[in-house]
Parts: sequence; structure tokens; C-alpha cells
Amino acid sequence: MRTRRRGAVALIAATTLALAACSSDAEEPDAGADGDAEDMDVADFPEGSTMAELAEAGSITIGTKFDQPLFGLVGPDGVPVGFDVEIGRLIAERLGIDDDGIEWVETVSANRETFIENGTVDIVVATYTINDDRKELISFAGPYYEAGQSILTLASNEDIQGPDDLDGKNVCTVSGSTPEQNLVENFPEVEVTPFGAYSDCLEPLKNGQVDAISTDNVILAGFAADDPELEVRGEPFTEEPYGIGLAKDDDEFRDWINDVLEEIYEDGSWTEAWESTAGTVLPTPEPPAVDRY
Amino acid sequence: MDVIGDNLPLYAQGFLVTLQLTLISGALAMGLGLLLAAMRVAPLRPLRLLAAGYVELLRNTPLTLVFFFIILVTPQFGVRLPFDFFSFAVVALTLYTAAFVCEAIRSGINSVGIGQAEAARAIGLTFGQSLGQVVLPQAFRTVIPPLINVFIALAKNTSVAAGFGVVELMGTGRRLTTANPGGVVWILVGVALGYLIITISLGAMAAQAERKAAFTR
Repeated sequence: MRTRRRGAVALIAATTLALAACSSDAEEPDAGADGDAEDMDVADFPEGSTMAELAEAGSITIGTKFDQPLFGLVGPDGVPVGFDVEIGRLIAERLGIDDDGIEWVETVSANRETFIENGTVDIVVATYTINDDRKELISFAGPYYEAGQSILTLASNEDIQGPDDLDGKNVCTVSGSTPEQNLVENFPEVEVTPFGAYSDCLEPLKNGQVDAISTDNVILAGFAADDPELEVRGEPFTEEPYGIGLAKDDDEFRDWINDVLEEIYEDGSWTEAWESTAGTVLPTPEPPAVDRY
Repeated sequence: MDVIGDNLPLYAQGFLVTLQLTLISGALAMGLGLLLAAMRVAPLRPLRLLAAGYVELLRNTPLTLVFFFIILVTPQFGVRLPFDFFSFAVVALTLYTAAFVCEAIRSGINSVGIGQAEAARAIGLTFGQSLGQVVLPQAFRTVIPPLINVFIALAKNTSVAAGFGVVELMGTGRRLTTANPGGVVWILVGVALGYLIITISLGAMAAQAERKAAFTR
């Protein structure tokens, strides 16, 4: 009886592992930051500010994506890795908070504003495009990176070279994402096929069930780098500045994060964070200018 | 609150797709489920085993996995159906729901006294005749409540198709939340109302059918 039960447990464990292995074959770069937080005196921050509160508590809750290769992808150990995660770490480090003090919370596109508004997270670093609708609800520091929507097709399919070639074509993207919204609103001739995750789009693309995948160029580049059958087509046709979301009108905190971003641009830790994560498949860009709106 | 009113046409579109998924898959699952139930009580052992295997396999697999297998895995084995994603969703929902329909009907068949079936066979009716003319009509009334449960679950299960290329009610809701980040809660309330319209009318239809099928034993 006992062995039988153990067998069943092993079977379930093996299945889970196999599924986890299938679900994402993207690279998981090692975390770049070593977690040594500089000693920082709480007195450095103005009294009553969010920075002082967080530094005093010695902990921060950061929302990020858990399913976005290169930016925020959670491994089997439950710790996310990626460029967004590194940016979050760099900010925490400057608050005097080390790795143990950071709590990572998964934020998906639909709950990012809510989580910031009700205080579930202190900041959100989650491929979070700065736009006016969202600015009404929360504040953005940054941008710390500028992506743009692009197109991925089979390498053998050269008919599609840009968004204007997509008319009448079946294009896969993620249900409820900004790229989906952009396609539906600005390219009404395109037949949009939404799936649950970008990785789910790959099989239909290879089987010919869809003609292309469209989303931010950085995500597509990750797929193309993994598979020679796939190719990114044309130049990005939107601008997606990724910002750091925080509570609305906490201007002090926002200015401070913007200062931190400028510092890490200067001292090379931004470049280092990029090269250890997304930079493994993408060229290193110039950091974008911080927008102090 | 306004987001629901402002986006009624979009909601209506998504609602129609959800309704179509429910009705088409429901009808097909009813047919397949009936066939499976007949196989499960058939006098031929291989038929019984086949149906039981099917039911155990589909009933115990999460619906999302069924979708994954049908849409993403079968093409890898060279099975390339010339289907759009709506048809794939119908196939997945039908195969999955048929297992539950089969079990609901079988429970009804079992509730009819064995003497009924024996008497039917004794007077020379074939298996099909005794099932179709004696057992199933008596089973019908007992079967309505569990069957309606199955169809209500089906109506809600159609939301899984939102992750597999079908823009139904849930997919519409996701689009709307992206366009109106401030109205997430009300948008989802609107989505829930859409499902309620379908499930509550199903419940009402069931009550009606039960009343019609009422008889004294």
C-alpha cells in the first residue's frame, strides 16, 4: 500500500515537472544583483516620506510579471528573474533593502492598477506601458525602457513585412493585452486571435493556424532567439515606454525613483542589469530619458 | 457602472459567441453522452469498457488540458483539421461535457428498477428497444436536475475558450479591462451578468421540463 501511494506521488511529481519544463523554454538568466545592499541611513530620507517608511520597515513589496521571458519569469523555485526584477532590486537596494526584504507579487495586466491603489504592492515593475488612461489612476516613474509592438512570422513566410501586410491575416496575441487593443482599434482588417499566453501562440503559428504573432518586440525577440524557424519582421510600429507604477500623486517617491533611475544609467548598473537578462538575446540600447511629467 | 452601458454592443457580441458555444456544444454533448450511456449499459463488454475508459479519461482531465491537447498537441501528430478556433472550442467542450452527460444519464438509467429492463427483454424487445422505449422514458425525469447541472457548468466552462483564440464573453471582458483600467470591477460584473442570463434561463427551462415530465410512480 505504502509503495503504491509513493508511486502515485512520484507520478504526479513527474508529470508536474514535465509540464513545467514544457511550458517555457525561455532562458532564465542568473540574477545579476548579488543582493548586498549598501548601508543606508534612514535619516537620509525626508521624514514621513514613502522612502523613509520602506527603509525603516526594511521590506518592500514589488509587483512584477511571472510569465514574461527576459523581463519577469518565475522559476521552479518561485523567485522571478528578468530585467524588471533587476530594476526592482536596484531600487530596493538604494532603500537599504536586501533580497530577503523584497516580496515579489505576481501582477498581471488586469490587476496592476488595483494592486497599487489598494496598497497590495508598493511599486509595480511589470513591462508596464505608460499611458494617459493609467496616469489617471496611478503615477509612473521612468520610463526605464522603451519597447515597441512588432510582428513575428515563420522565417519561410516573407509576405508579411510590416503591420500593413496584416490585413485579412490571422494574428495571434494575448487576450486583454495592449497589443491586442492596438490591433483591434487601429487595424480593423486584421483578424485577431487571442490566446492565454504568448507561448501558446507558437504552436498555432508553426501549424499555420495563425499567420503571425504580434506583441512587444522584446518578447518576440526572445522567441526568435530560441527558434531559427521564426523571424521578427519590420520595425516596431508603436512606442511602449515601460514605467514603474506607484501610488498616484506620491510625487516625492516618484522623483526619488526617477533620481535612482538616472543614477543607475550613470553608474552602469542599468546596462549590467540589461546584459545579464534581456541582453542575452537583444542588443543593449541607450537608456531612455526619464519623463518627469 | 457606466462602462457596462457604454460597451453594450461589445458585450452583446461576446455574449452571442458564448451562447453559441453553449448551445452547439451542449447539443453535441447530449448526443454523444446519450450514445456513451447506452454503451455503458450495453450487453457487450468491449463497448462497456470503451465507454467507461472514455468517461474516466475525459472526466478526470482539466478542461484547459483538453483544449491544449486538441488545439496545440494534435497538429504535432499530423492531425491538421481545417477548423477555425471556434470549431476547436466546440470540439473540446463537446468531448469534455459528453463524459458528464453520460454519467448523469447512466445514473437515471440505474434509478429505473432492473425488473423493467428484464420485463422488456422477456417480452422480446431488443436492447435498443427496451432502452429507448422502456428505460429511458422513465429515467428522463430523474435525469433532468443532474443534466441541467452539467449544462450550467458547460455554460461557465465556455470561458476557457477565451484563452484559445475565441473572443467570447470573458475575452471581451479582458479587452474592455485593458481599454478601461479604472473600470475593472464593473466590467467583470457585466461579464458575470452575461453568464447569469444564460445559466438562470437554463435553470428555468429545467424547472419547466421537470413539471411537464412529472408523473406518479
